[in-house]
Amino acid sequence: MENILSVLIFFPLVAALLGFLVKPQSIRAYGITVAAIEFVLTLWLWMSFDASDGGFQFIEFFPLVSSFGINYYLGVDGISLFIVVMTALMTLLGIVTLGEVKKLKNMIISLLFLEVAMVGVFVSLDAIVFYLFWEFSLVPMLYIIGYWGGEKRLYAAIKFFLYTFAGSLIMLVGMLYVAYVYHEVTGNWSFSLTDWYALVLPISVQKWLFWAFFLGFAIKVPMFPFHTWLPYAHGQAPTIGSVILAAVLLKMGTYGFVRFSLPMFPDASVAYILPVGVIAIIMIIYTAMVAYAQKDMKQVVAYSSISHMGVIVLGTFAMNPEGIAGSVFLMLSHGIVSGALFLLVGVIYDRRHTKLMSEFGGLAAVMPKYALIFGIMLMASVGLPLTIGFVGEYLSLAGFFKVSPVMTALGGFSVILGAVYMLSLYKKSFFGPVTKEENKVLPDLNGRELAALVPLAAIVVWLGVYPKPVLGPIDTSVKALVQFMDTKAQTPEAKRVIHVSKSTKEAK
Amino acid sequence: MLQPISVSLAKLNLITLSPMLVVVGGALLILLIDLLKKDLDKSLYVMLSVLVLFVDFGATLSLGINERGFFDVMLEDGISILAQLTILIASMLFIPLALTSKRFHEYSYPEFFALFLFMIAGFQFMVATDNLIMIFIGLETASLALYTLIAMHNTPGSHEAAIKYFTMGAMAAGFFVMGAAVVYGLTGSVELYDVAKVFEARMAEPGFAIPLIGGALLLMVAIGFKVSLIPFHLWTPDVYEGASAPMAGYMSIVPKITMMVVAMRVLAMYVDMGVEAVRWMIIILAVVTMTLSNMMAIVQEDVKRMLAYSSISHAGFVMAALALDTTKAYSSIFLYYGLFLFTNLGAFTMLWITRHKQKRYHHRFHHPYEKFSGLIHTSPMGAVIMAIFMLSLTGVPPFSLFWGKLYVISATVDAGYIWLAIVMALNSAIAAYYYLKLIVYMFLKPPVPGVEAIAANASRPLMVIVGISVAVTVFSVFVMQPLLSYINYMVSVSGY
Repeated sequence: MENILSVLIFFPLVAALLGFLVKPQSIRAYGITVAAIEFVLTLWLWMSFDASDGGFQFIEFFPLVSSFGINYYLGVDGISLFIVVMTALMTLLGIVTLGEVKKLKNMIISLLFLEVAMVGVFVSLDAIVFYLFWEFSLVPMLYIIGYWGGEKRLYAAIKFFLYTFAGSLIMLVGMLYVAYVYHEVTGNWSFSLTDWYALVLPISVQKWLFWAFFLGFAIKVPMFPFHTWLPYAHGQAPTIGSVILAAVLLKMGTYGFVRFSLPMFPDASVAYILPVGVIAIIMIIYTAMVAYAQKDMKQVVAYSSISHMGVIVLGTFAMNPEGIAGSVFLMLSHGIVSGALFLLVGVIYDRRHTKLMSEFGGLAAVMPKYALIFGIMLMASVGLPLTIGFVGEYLSLAGFFKVSPVMTALGGFSVILGAVYMLSLYKKSFFGPVTKEENKVLPDLNGRELAALVPLAAIVVWLGVYPKPVLGPIDTSVKALVQFMDTKAQTPEAKRVIHVSKSTKEAK
Repeated sequence: MLQPISVSLAKLNLITLSPMLVVVGGALLILLIDLLKKDLDKSLYVMLSVLVLFVDFGATLSLGINERGFFDVMLEDGISILAQLTILIASMLFIPLALTSKRFHEYSYPEFFALFLFMIAGFQFMVATDNLIMIFIGLETASLALYTLIAMHNTPGSHEAAIKYFTMGAMAAGFFVMGAAVVYGLTGSVELYDVAKVFEARMAEPGFAIPLIGGALLLMVAIGFKVSLIPFHLWTPDVYEGASAPMAGYMSIVPKITMMVVAMRVLAMYVDMGVEAVRWMIIILAVVTMTLSNMMAIVQEDVKRMLAYSSISHAGFVMAALALDTTKAYSSIFLYYGLFLFTNLGAFTMLWITRHKQKRYHHRFHHPYEKFSGLIHTSPMGAVIMAIFMLSLTGVPPFSLFWGKLYVISATVDAGYIWLAIVMALNSAIAAYYYLKLIVYMFLKPPVPGVEAIAANASRPLMVIVGISVAVTVFSVFVMQPLLSYINYMVSVSGY
């Protein structure tokens, strides 16, 4: 299927529109079926993907506004392929575990719209089309947080929207400037990423454009000090909202760095490794400490997810294939692990309607299966070897080690501090005597929950032991990317930092 | 001894007057019908008006570009044709809004429709000339008709609105005349193409800058009043509040686009000559306007007043493009207003649909936010449509106004004003707050008991208008290419 990417975008869109006509009592089955078909389609995409090719595949090109250079331009490479697969997977599992919520129909339709936007962001190769999906993803999420959220949901939803909207508008100005420069140089308008890649920008221009794009992406990631919207969003969002937010929406930011900032502004990216690295390390250590101080399980997971996003950023700015491939892999593993952790917190919340750790204790005795899966995910989150979390975290930090051993050592705190807050969460909630009377009769995971969580646990172990099927294509594309950055870099500093020839030799 | 002047009919080139003659003829026809037979239903007049406008549309389309006529007073260049087409489309969408299910006072008079058509003739004269006197006459014709149309809504609020608008409008007209007088005093001509020549020639004279900028300042004030730039905006929210919802929507588009065209002819002349003071005046006014009006829109309790401030902010946004003096910037103004027209008129129509005769929700306002609380439960379709309009006004893609914003900001970036582009972008983010507020009320808050009959004023024609607006708002991306190339062509052939 040549136009599978369009199918991936428009199938959920059509399904969402048709969903309005499905009767509410059947909507759950409808949602699961649609999400499952979408997931199978992404698997098909993976199967027909040529892993030896580092460039874009399944390219579709169709002019939308030709005189202004806006085209419907899609394609995937190894970097985006697995994020698309993960998006479809997490959406499917999110819908499967969806508990009894009010207005289930609206929820499912919103999720399908959200899926359109998420898939669209990762497969578009035109800046305006990218921006279109990027902004559109805010709308369903606003509704999900604002309607199904907790007590302060309105505040959280509006904060989420305004923060990201403001950041991305600055990014839009940056995009328009790139397009303008392209027009000045070539005489044509174009918003195609591949055209933009070919543009060698002067260093001074790169520098301010880097920050314009940085602002848009950093708010989404979210990087310190723009992270304040996320704890609110996570704290108030329903389980499904947190799952999608942590697993996919945050990845848009880091994906943006890899897709836009690095290849378009290689010199500026190298020049700003230090400030970005410092921000990332503050993010890692500071939010890990904040996570430790939380009383609410969900907030622990939320802050831990910010902390690990810091490692992703660090890996991305390593500027060598190991670091970037590691960070892309970490995006996937972080998506799966933090998504699963939010699902697990949701499970206990459904039963007890509280997320405070002090309300629990000794859950391992009451809910053994739950405790087991929680344990696996927790280990993966900490980055224990042989889990999915280890691979990405190790590669990211190893990549950054070449840039700055000191900063890498500080970044390594994500693992240490991660172990501290995660294990203390586990200790407080799962071990010890069952202190609360109502906890003694809690039912263990039911079939639906197991159906969602067991595959995730299997993936965590599988890719932790044998990451090659995923890491291989990522690596091919990342190498092509770094090679390209190396050719494009102008400053001697950038030439020095962007390691390509050496590492490809090593790989051989 | 006066010489007899011989003028041939061909030289007059009366065809340039044909669009205005059509509407004036149509207005007279309506008066005539009313004279011959009383008690005809308003639907007849509505449809007649639409037909007249339709013929007018055709007449405008068939005009040759860059033709002058009537002693060179008329100028049918690309931007004038574009502006006229925009005016006519907006008017054709506006006039069927009279066909509501509730009866409203103004539409029972055929004079309403006649006045409306006269007003359009005035607007068309205003954009189709570069003669300051002719602009003034067009402005006054249109404005006097508009004041009356507002007052005909016949509520205490609408009387207040009409009088307020009248006094402010009269003041604006005064400023315009004074500005024109200064220009005439400096150059001995009211024809802008002559004026420009004399200005160019006398530019180097010492001490010439002060009267030159003074004249521009006076004209700027007049334009500022009509486009409702801050600090000349004070009338706008009150007038919008007092006028009926569709009238308010109409006022946020048509008088503004006509005045924008006048500004393009008058102010752009200064900018083009390199009078930097005028350029900065425009930029400062634009920035102040969009920022302050956004702040004020945030604290409004009434949706209509919020939309009033929002339309001020949009005007400021577009005004910024005027200072850039590039073809793209001028095109972006038309593109923006062309798209804004559908979205904004649609939003005001939604207010019109939910209008009750009595103020049921608030002692002062017809459309407080609370009225729309939980609309998704009581009227899902209406809530979704209103949300689409709000998202479009916010500038969320893929809805229409995103493309307008994109193009305006792009024009700003191209002209090298990156800081201005960033200010515009941040303002769009601030504006998101108050548009979201309505969405939050509609989708995320529970309905207030006893508001079942929300769509009290709905009727089929209103639904059709809303449907058209929604369709354009949602699917605009597919018409962007032809629209952009048409606008670009029309603007560039006019020499801008």
